[in-house]
Amino acid sequence: MALLEVNDVHTYYGNIHALKGISLTVEEGEVVCLIGGNGAGKTTTLRTICGLLRPRQGSVLFRGHDIIDFPPHTLISKGIAMVPEGRGVFAKLTVTENLELGAYYRQDKEGIKKDMENVFSLFPRLRERQKQLAGTMSGGEQQMLAMGRALMAQPRLLLLDEPSMGLAPVLVEAIFDIIQTINKDGVTILLVEQNAHMALQVGHRGYVLQTGEIVLSDTAKALQQNATVQKAYLGIE
Amino acid sequence: MRSRYFDNISWVSLILGILRIVILVLIVVGAYNTLSSGKYSAEAWVGLIASGLAQGSIYALIALGYTLVYGILLMINFAHGEIFMAGAMTASFLANSFARSGFLNQSPVLAIFILLCFAGLVSASIAILLERIAYRPLRGSPRLVPLITAIGASFFLQYTFRGLYGSGFQSYPGTVDALKGNLTIGSLQTPITLTQVFVFFCAFALMMALYWLVERTKIGMAMRAVSENKEVAALMGINIDRIIVITFALGGFLAGAAGVINGIYRPQGVFFRMGFFPGVKAFTAAVLGGIGSVPGAMLGGLFLGLVESLGPNLVLEGLGIPGANQLKDAIAFTMLVLVLIFRPQGILGERLAEKKA
Repeated sequence: MALLEVNDVHTYYGNIHALKGISLTVEEGEVVCLIGGNGAGKTTTLRTICGLLRPRQGSVLFRGHDIIDFPPHTLISKGIAMVPEGRGVFAKLTVTENLELGAYYRQDKEGIKKDMENVFSLFPRLRERQKQLAGTMSGGEQQMLAMGRALMAQPRLLLLDEPSMGLAPVLVEAIFDIIQTINKDGVTILLVEQNAHMALQVGHRGYVLQTGEIVLSDTAKALQQNATVQKAYLGIE
Repeated sequence: MRSRYFDNISWVSLILGILRIVILVLIVVGAYNTLSSGKYSAEAWVGLIASGLAQGSIYALIALGYTLVYGILLMINFAHGEIFMAGAMTASFLANSFARSGFLNQSPVLAIFILLCFAGLVSASIAILLERIAYRPLRGSPRLVPLITAIGASFFLQYTFRGLYGSGFQSYPGTVDALKGNLTIGSLQTPITLTQVFVFFCAFALMMALYWLVERTKIGMAMRAVSENKEVAALMGINIDRIIVITFALGGFLAGAAGVINGIYRPQGVFFRMGFFPGVKAFTAAVLGGIGSVPGAMLGGLFLGLVESLGPNLVLEGLGIPGANQLKDAIAFTMLVLVLIFRPQGILGERLAEKKA
């Protein structure tokens, strides 16, 4: 049984048909990337999975259970955590408070403390800035905070929406290194990226999205070699 | 066209600048005239300040309800004055029976504590019902819609309570024995009444409790998160509807408690329309302090109370305006207009543009 199974999902914004029958699977332990241009429906797919948008048709199975009818705030305790597009850190809250909110549904104080230590050792910058307001940090630090916050929920599946957006190339590399580390620690990752080059390097498999439909799916290696992908998303003629 | 556009802007700012200067001059001249005439003694001023702070802390308690709800829903709950009225009126019956049985004078601390909790709970339940029935179905509709609903709800509550308790005036029992007389420091008798001290400290304690709740507890952290970004807050596992209900309940509780404090401070005038003026004044205070900001509402309330109490005697009399004391309300609403013109974000508020960004 796949960890996440999206079957023939149709999502609308009003009358706009944004997802036209998306199907994808994510197996336990994988890093799966979803690549595609602007407006292809990448973010919409993630928002549908985590319950912020309700599809008109289709099903989303997480560990075999349909989660379409679950309101978004119940999904994090089931094991789905999301790092939203643009990071979505709480700017007026401190770094520690942001991390505590990631563990909002949890009751085990000891475990939360331990996980906070883990997050701090994964992102040493956050330890230095514990008391600082999140809004005063740089984009890269905010991205680290958003990822650390998601890890505080002890997710089984981590949805990452454009983690490289607006970051300097050095930081992009660092973030992708951390994605791999997180994955090695046993968290399954569904990664949405415009930076197809980086995404396909860390991903095991990939799906290519175009105007609300999946046009290609293969292993990351095969996609890197694929002529269409090279031309459209990797900038190789 | 282009140059005319800039001319227009400079005209507006020119007029506003002149207005600023005129107001400042009026205040300074009025204050100077009053003070140099020596009509009021230092004691009288202390008394005015004390009554201003007492009234202001009642405004502040009510203003917190406006500001909390605005912070989370970006909506002005214009029925909040009626929530205050509901607690004040309902608790007046309990207060009178406490007074008749002698409980109020025997153990005033316990009696007043029970009264505060009772009125707070009544008001909180009404605030919760209001949110559930009137506002929640309208969430996501244009912002004007819940605003109009709030005005409707305000009338609904007024006439419901008229139906329940009649249209006559009720009153709270007269001053509790323990609060009779004035504050004395050493052998010096001050013009500050003990009731004023009670009002101020009671309100202060409630405000500190709220501040602690918002800043130091998990629920408060969730409230701040929801007010910043509802969608991400939901992704963190926060039940937004529950936080909204808690917010209304907290605002309602403070308003109900303010109703009892107000009743102890000024026993008369408890009737079904008593919520209107404190409601509008507290709204003014919330805007004054910066709506959406918790410390802002506290500061705005105290500031408005002081200005209302000092303004007529200090400024208006000095300008030779007759019947200055009857112009209290005019001062309060002039302040509202001036704040909206010169500093729409309030004393502690941030610019709206920042919030949107």
